[in-house]
Amino acid sequence: MSAPLSGDLAQIGKSVVIKGELSGSEDLYVDGQVEGSISLKNNSLTVGPNGTVKATVEAKGIVVQGKLEGNVQASDRVELRKSAVVTGDISTQRISIEEGAYLKGKVDIQGKADKAAGK
Amino acid sequence: MASVSQNFMKLFRGSSGGTEAALPQAAQKLTRRSSGLGELSRLWESETPLCVLDLGSTSPSNIRFFTEGSHKIYSEDLLVASTDPGLVTKDEQGNVVLDSRQFLADNLVYPAAQFDVVLCWNLPDYLDESLVRPVMGRLWSVLKPGGMLLAFFHTKDAGPDSPCYRFHIIGKDTLEMQRIMLKREARRGPTGAVHTAITEGFRLQRVFNNRHIETLFRDFASIKFFLARDNVREVLVVR
Repeated sequence: MSAPLSGDLAQIGKSVVIKGELSGSEDLYVDGQVEGSISLKNNSLTVGPNGTVKATVEAKGIVVQGKLEGNVQASDRVELRKSAVVTGDISTQRISIEEGAYLKGKVDIQGKADKAAGK
Repeated sequence: MASVSQNFMKLFRGSSGGTEAALPQAAQKLTRRSSGLGELSRLWESETPLCVLDLGSTSPSNIRFFTEGSHKIYSEDLLVASTDPGLVTKDEQGNVVLDSRQFLADNLVYPAAQFDVVLCWNLPDYLDESLVRPVMGRLWSVLKPGGMLLAFFHTKDAGPDSPCYRFHIIGKDTLEMQRIMLKREARRGPTGAVHTAITEGFRLQRVFNNRHIETLFRDFASIKFFLARDNVREVLVVR
């Protein structure tokens, strides 16, 4: 699968390695390696099939096709595609998990009321 | 217990079938009634949100089932975790075993008394011998007092080539069983046990009789057996 092309999409390619804090206000596609934290409060993160992310992640939407290690918080939805390998707790309003995806961790579905109450 | 289970393992190791025959049936899903699950369903039909630990292969159905009921679900595939080559070590007699301390340092790391329910499925029958008792001990500690654990055990009649299944909850007392896909050819695992695949297929390691099962769960407060038609005993234990 090739990386999506879009004007409002930042991409981290296969050969790129980043350690540290990533934050932004555009969607992010990671097909390389990221270690640290990722914060995209109003945007989406996609971990591509070659992507390896070891980070706490906060985003509106998160799609995982590769490896993700760390706790994940999505204000909207999380999608684990069939090739996803996720180790960490997931907190989101909606989740979809394809057959074949691997998850080691908790799934906590937060309703809007829960979020407002800070639960 | 060891001698009986070792005798069974000798029988099983003598068999070479399974790999080729498994592939055509891999995608097949079977439905079975589960009395143990039926008993547990009383818990998740209550208003109280539960904390559930699913030790089988990641199941979208199970995650959906529990999250739609406002329960918290933790998923952890211990069979896959047990194939980590880094766990291989030798015991005092020089036998190759899996390092249970390291295994428990990497897996089942939860606060004490965290879970209301643990879904063990068929884990004890397929898990390496060196991990079975330590894992059951850890499960006791992470269950709340009064918490329940559901496990399935094959009977002797099931035979050594009984396939390893994933279990998907599709109803109050109904499971869909999906044979774990075998993508790699048969090979010997780190302790000498033959696995038809290292990552996605597992061989029955032993058969527990009722007394063995009672011994395995001796620290628990109560144990209830349900006999099924498919050569499986369901066991529901309460901490």
